[in-house]
Amino acid sequence: MLHYSRTKTLLTLLIVGLGLLLVVPNLVSPEVRAKLPSWAQRTIVLGLDLQGGSHILLEVDGNALRAERLESLRDQVRTLLRDERIGYSGLGNAGNGVQVRLREATDLDRALPKLRELAQPISNSLFGTGGGARDLTVTSTPDGIITLTPTEEGANARIRSAVDQSIEIVRRRVDELGTTEPSIQRQGADRILVQVPGLQDPQQLKNILGQTAKLTFRMVDMSMTVDQAVLSRPPPESEILPSTEDPNQKFLVEKRVLVSGEDLIDAQPGFDQRNNEPIVSFRFNSNGARRFATATTQNVGKPFAIVLDNKVISAPRINEPITGGSGQISGQFTVESANNLAILLRAGALPAPLTVVEERTVGPGLGRDSIEAGTKATIYAAIFVIIFMFATYGVFGFIANIALIIHVGLILGLMSLLGATMTLPGIAGIVLTIGTAVDSNVLIYERIREEFHGGRNIVTAIGAGFDRAFATIIDSNSTMGIAAVILFLMGSGPVKGFAVVFILGILTTVITAVTMTRMMIALWYRWTRAKTLPF
Amino acid sequence: MRLLRLWPENSQVRFMRWRSVSFAFSAIMSLVIVGLFFTHGLNFGIDFKGGTLMELQAKSGTADVASVREHANALGFGETEVQEFGGAAGLSLRFPIQEGGEAAQSAVVSKAREAFGEAYEFRRVETVGPRVSGELVQAGTVGVVLSLVAVLAYLWFRFERNLAMGALIGTLHDVLLTCGFFLVTQFEFNMTSIAAILTIVGYSLNETVVVFDRTRELLRRYKTMPDIELLDLSINTTMARTAITSMTTFLSLLALVWFGGEAIEGFAIVMLIGIVICTYSAIFVSTPSLIYLGLRQGAFQNNPAPAPARP
Repeated sequence: MLHYSRTKTLLTLLIVGLGLLLVVPNLVSPEVRAKLPSWAQRTIVLGLDLQGGSHILLEVDGNALRAERLESLRDQVRTLLRDERIGYSGLGNAGNGVQVRLREATDLDRALPKLRELAQPISNSLFGTGGGARDLTVTSTPDGIITLTPTEEGANARIRSAVDQSIEIVRRRVDELGTTEPSIQRQGADRILVQVPGLQDPQQLKNILGQTAKLTFRMVDMSMTVDQAVLSRPPPESEILPSTEDPNQKFLVEKRVLVSGEDLIDAQPGFDQRNNEPIVSFRFNSNGARRFATATTQNVGKPFAIVLDNKVISAPRINEPITGGSGQISGQFTVESANNLAILLRAGALPAPLTVVEERTVGPGLGRDSIEAGTKATIYAAIFVIIFMFATYGVFGFIANIALIIHVGLILGLMSLLGATMTLPGIAGIVLTIGTAVDSNVLIYERIREEFHGGRNIVTAIGAGFDRAFATIIDSNSTMGIAAVILFLMGSGPVKGFAVVFILGILTTVITAVTMTRMMIALWYRWTRAKTLPF
Repeated sequence: MRLLRLWPENSQVRFMRWRSVSFAFSAIMSLVIVGLFFTHGLNFGIDFKGGTLMELQAKSGTADVASVREHANALGFGETEVQEFGGAAGLSLRFPIQEGGEAAQSAVVSKAREAFGEAYEFRRVETVGPRVSGELVQAGTVGVVLSLVAVLAYLWFRFERNLAMGALIGTLHDVLLTCGFFLVTQFEFNMTSIAAILTIVGYSLNETVVVFDRTRELLRRYKTMPDIELLDLSINTTMARTAITSMTTFLSLLALVWFGGEAIEGFAIVMLIGIVICTYSAIFVSTPSLIYLGLRQGAFQNNPAPAPARP
C-alpha cells in the first residue's frame, strides 16, 4: 500500500519541523539569541574538550573525617564522665572506636545510659530520620570496660553531609576566582566534580581548594619553651605547631580555641598602614567579638597564635584589648597569598580535606582545532555517503539523503532540547551515525528490490519492502541501542557524550528512515506513477 | 538507473564452504591474541594506568624532542615518554604514576608547567590518580561484560537459543580480534577504546541480526531445505545490504580518520578495523557456526550427538 494520509503527512512534517527548529538557536549569534523567548534559547552545551577548560575531580577525605569523629567522641566521653563524677582510666582509641575503663564497675548503670545518649539518630536525606538507626553503638563488659564504636551508616551519613557542605564552600571559593559559569556537582558518594570552562591553568584553583582553611585564634603556651616541649613532652592542653613560613620554626600553642573562623563575617586583603605590607583584615560577628574582647582583655602582654590548618600564620603580642570586633592578620604575605587567604576565610572552612583524584585540562586552542576538525569530518562523511547513496539508488538514494540530513538535524535539535553536552567523541558519534543511519534505508530498498524482482508490482513491492524490513530494523537498532545505553551508564565525561549522540541517533533513525522515507516515496509515486524501480 | 552495484543480484556464492578455512583462521588468530595478551599486554593509557599526559605545542613552531626529553627526565618523576605528536610543533609527554597517592600527581603538572611553560603552549593536561584509574578499569570491564549479557538476553528473547549463541560467538570473536588490533599495534588503550569496543559490539550484532532475521524467515518458508543451503541463501540475499552499509560506515569513518584530528584518530582507526572484522565474522563465523549449533529447534533430537563413552 502506498497511501500516505494527509493527517499523517502533516504530523510527520510537524514533528520534523519542530525538531529542526530546535537547532536554530545554535546557529544565531548570542545577541540575537538573547532576544528570543526563553524556551527558544536552549542550545547544545560544548564540552570542556571543545571549548577548553579544566575538569577537576575532588574526593572528601573520609579517613580524616573518621579520625576527627573519634577525637571529638573522646572529648565528649571525657567531659561527660567528669560532669557525672564517674571515675575512669585509660580513655583511648581501640580499633575503630573509643574505649574507656571505669574505676568502679558499679558505675556502669549510671554511665551507660548517659553515654548512650551521645548516639545521634542518622538523618537520611531520602527517608527522613533513618528508621531509628544511630551513628554510635555502645557496648560494655561486666568489669567496667565500655566501647563506643561509630557505625558504618553513621560514617557514611557524615561523609554525605560533608560532601554537601563542601560543595557549598567549593562553590563560594570558585566564585571568588571570578571565572565564568563553573559547574560544581556531586559525583558518587564522596566526590565533587568541578568544571571551569576557559580555565587554562588550574593551579590557583587547586591551591585554594586544597586547603581546609580552619582558622583558630589560640593562646601561645608560655609555661615552657618550645625546645623544652619538643625534648620532653608538651603539656596535655597544648600542642606543638609549625609556622607557615618556616617549618623548622615551632610554636607551643594551647589546644583551647579562643575564637574560630566560624565567627568571622568578613575578611578582606589590604595593606598595613605602617609598613605597607599585605595583610588580611577581618571582622567577627557579635559572639566572636565578645569572646575576642574578653580573651584579649585578660591576656594583655601575652602572645596569641593565629592558626590556619594546624600551622601558625603569626603569633603577635596582645598590646591592648581588642574590643571592636575586627582585627588584622599580618604574616609576611604576598599580595596573592593575602588575597587567597581572604577568599578562604570568607568562604568558610571545609569539613574535611579535599584531594584532587583526577584532573583534565584542555587549552582553548586545542578545543577550537577539535571543533574545526570534527565539523570537517562530519561534512566530508556526509558528502561521501550522499554521493554513494545517490549513485546506488538514484531517486531513492536522494530520498534517503534527505532523510539523512534531517536525521542529523534531529539529533542536534534533541541535544539542544535536552541541553546535552557535545564532546569530541560526540562528534565522532554523529559521523558514525551518518554511516549507519542509511542502514535502515538500505534494508528497506534492498527488500523492495527483491520483492519487485520476485514478481510483485511496484506498489505492493514497496509496501512489502517497508513492512518486511521493519522487524529487521527494530532488531538491528535495538541491539545497537542496548550497547549504547550501557555505554551511557558506564561511561564518564566525553564517552558519555558519545553514547548520548548514539542513542539519539538510533531513536531518530527509526523516525526518519521509516516514516519520512515512506512519506517521500509515496509522494514520488503519486507524481511519477512509475512502472519500474529507479534502481 | 543504478550507477553503482557493489554486489551482483541473485548471487549464489557458497559461503558455507569456506567455513573450515575461516574457522581455522579465526581460531588461530584468537589463540595468537590470547597469547599476546599474556606476553605483550595492552598499552594502557593513563585512564587505566594512572599518571599524567600532556600535549605541548611549541610556540616557536618546531618542538625539540631531545631537549624536552632530557628536561622531563631531569624533573625526577621517573621515565618520561616524549613523542612527536601531530606535526612538527606538537609533543606528547607521558609521566608515570607517582608514589605517594593522589596528591603526589599534582606536583608533576606544576613542575612541568614551570619547566616548559615559556617555550610551549599546554594544549592538554590530564592527570588520573591511582584510585580513579582502578575504578575506570572496573567500569570498563563491567561495561563490556554487561553489554554482552544484555544483548544475549535480548537475542534469546527475540530469536531461538541457538541463534543467540551464534550471535554471541560472533560478537566475542569481534571483541577479541579488535583487542588483537590493540595488541599488535600497541595503540593506546583508554576510555575511548572501551567506547569503540562497545560500539563494535553493537555493530557486530547489527550485522549478525540482519542475516539471522533472514535465516529465521527462510526457515519458515523452506521447511525442508538443507541447513547449509539455507544459510548460504540467507547470506546471499542480505549481501547487497551488507556491502552497502559496510561501505557507508567505512566511508564516514574514513572521513574521521582523515579530517577528525589526532584526538579522535585512534578511535576512528579502531572502528574502521572493527567494521571489517564485524562484516567478516557475520558471514564467515557466526552464520556458519549455526551449522554446529543447530538451526531448527529440536535439531539436537533429530541428530543426537554420540553419547560420551563411559568407563
